[in-house]
Amino acid sequence: MTNQSIADLAPTADDTPSILRRLLGNSAIAIGAIIIAAIVLAAALAEVIAPYDPLFANPLVRHKLPLSAGYLLGTDELGRDILSRLIYGARLALLVAVVPTLIALVIGGCIGLIAGYAGGTWDHVVMRVFDVMFAFPGILLALGISAALGPGLGSMIIAMVVVTIPTFGRVVRGGVLAVKEEPYIEAARALGYGAFRIALRHVAPNVLGAAIVYATLQTGRNVILAASLSFLGLAPQPPTPDWGQMLSAGRTSLAIAAHVSTIPGLAIVLLAIGFNLLGDGARDLLDPRMKREQP
Amino acid sequence: MLSFIVNRALQMIPVIFGVTVVTFALTQIIPGDLVDVMLGSTASEDARQELRHALGLDQPVIVQYFSYMSHLLSGDLGRSHLFSLPVASVLGDRLVNTAILAVSATVVATALGIAIGTWVALKPGSLRDRGFTVAVLFLNSMPPFWFGLLLILFFGLSLGLLPVSGMYAVVDGGGLGDLLAHMVMPTLTLAAWSLAIIARMTRSALLDVINSDYIRTARSRGLAEPRIIANHALPNAMPQVITVIGLQAGFLLSGAVLTETVFSWPGIGLAMYQAISARDIPFIQGGVLLLAIVFVLINFVVDALYAYVNPKIKLA
Repeated sequence: MTNQSIADLAPTADDTPSILRRLLGNSAIAIGAIIIAAIVLAAALAEVIAPYDPLFANPLVRHKLPLSAGYLLGTDELGRDILSRLIYGARLALLVAVVPTLIALVIGGCIGLIAGYAGGTWDHVVMRVFDVMFAFPGILLALGISAALGPGLGSMIIAMVVVTIPTFGRVVRGGVLAVKEEPYIEAARALGYGAFRIALRHVAPNVLGAAIVYATLQTGRNVILAASLSFLGLAPQPPTPDWGQMLSAGRTSLAIAAHVSTIPGLAIVLLAIGFNLLGDGARDLLDPRMKREQP
Repeated sequence: MLSFIVNRALQMIPVIFGVTVVTFALTQIIPGDLVDVMLGSTASEDARQELRHALGLDQPVIVQYFSYMSHLLSGDLGRSHLFSLPVASVLGDRLVNTAILAVSATVVATALGIAIGTWVALKPGSLRDRGFTVAVLFLNSMPPFWFGLLLILFFGLSLGLLPVSGMYAVVDGGGLGDLLAHMVMPTLTLAAWSLAIIARMTRSALLDVINSDYIRTARSRGLAEPRIIANHALPNAMPQVITVIGLQAGFLLSGAVLTETVFSWPGIGLAMYQAISARDIPFIQGGVLLLAIVFVLINFVVDALYAYVNPKIKLA
């Protein structure tokens, strides 16, 4: 059996056109993609589209309401333009959502791939370590790591990566266990290919779909996780515009200027919805096995 | 079933051991060390060395871990410099308040979640169902503290119906009525996310069951729909729903940190928030450890409960 015919047996071979067609016809993905694209565009063109310098504080225009002349979304407690801060803040929001997910996907994916494919003691040890990590509820471990390292962008990303590695490890390991026994993997083994080559070239591509779906959903969760950490005071230090911190800072003036808090919150919700729609849609399309919740 | 529960209990031991390793490691990753955090940059080198020696930080890591464990086993979690009290005693005082909030949120999320999920499952594909899907998407994409702020804004500040912070009124406070009034908004905030997930799972589990043969048989016997749902469909959908409720326990514990901060609810979460700004690492370490162990125990109880309601495990 040649290399070519092994690839033919693998399920991903010629599905691309129909997947693309289904992608475009899926309204969840379309809406999600539009939301994310708009936020990415705003972040990329911040210098061009932001009406003001996000750090410029004008004490004469403190707590201006949305739709005030010259300030579409109003101003905050220091008289800074909220729209400009939101636009610049989109950079950090996207960064802390996407980067930890990608790093965790790569590290967790590799660990899961090796554990699932090698099996035995290594698999056992990895799974027990993951069990321990899963014993920490949600943001709690991230909070502990972030607090120990001290507030800042780096420690926030490290904390988020550490917390999400086990989830990716487990998803990829589960996929590998299922794929490992498929005929095309047996065929590759029969051809005498090395374990490393089989794991990387034949197993990995076939668990990537599930991992990417999961990564998209995790990005949505990371939007909230990052916002939560910055709300608790673990964000990059001011004056860097950060949505979670803007929300938190506005709490003190909730009674007189609610928009200072509510608008950044809305931005966080919108970004999370974008990634969640993308992830939900992708899951329905690419991984029917995970579509159990919507019969 | 007993052997299942015993096995499951034994599995907790290595996990809890691992949890102590991780929480111990938190002090090891501090840039510099704990003494730098506690004394700041102005203290003299002699004072640093003295404190380092007193805390045992000049010992090898493994010795430090064993000393940490021996203190832990005697209930000593260190001293909080923020509260000037032993960490264990602050956590002990606050645990009840966090538990009140977590339990009430679980009850609300479970009761409303199952009710709403059932209500929606009765008419799949309807306008009600679509509205539900959108509502779930919103609730799951919402930072819990933001939802809390919206509640404060509406029910607290605009309508003036509910108190916005604390557990009891400062003036003439106390009593169950006062506590309940203070609990409404934090409970809803904490419950919102879990409620959405429980409702979604109830809906999908019920839809799975409703299309099965024995429900069709029940219908053909002329049983009333409410009775079919309550007596035949819901009990069979329960195992899946219980699993999800159990998974929410972790969210409720960590969500409490955020919710308590928004509403100044005097629980472990609010104390941890204060400890973060004071860089009170021993307190954060103790809080993380306690909540993780509570989480492990809750998961154990949920698994035992699951075994109880699921005949496949019960009979094995």
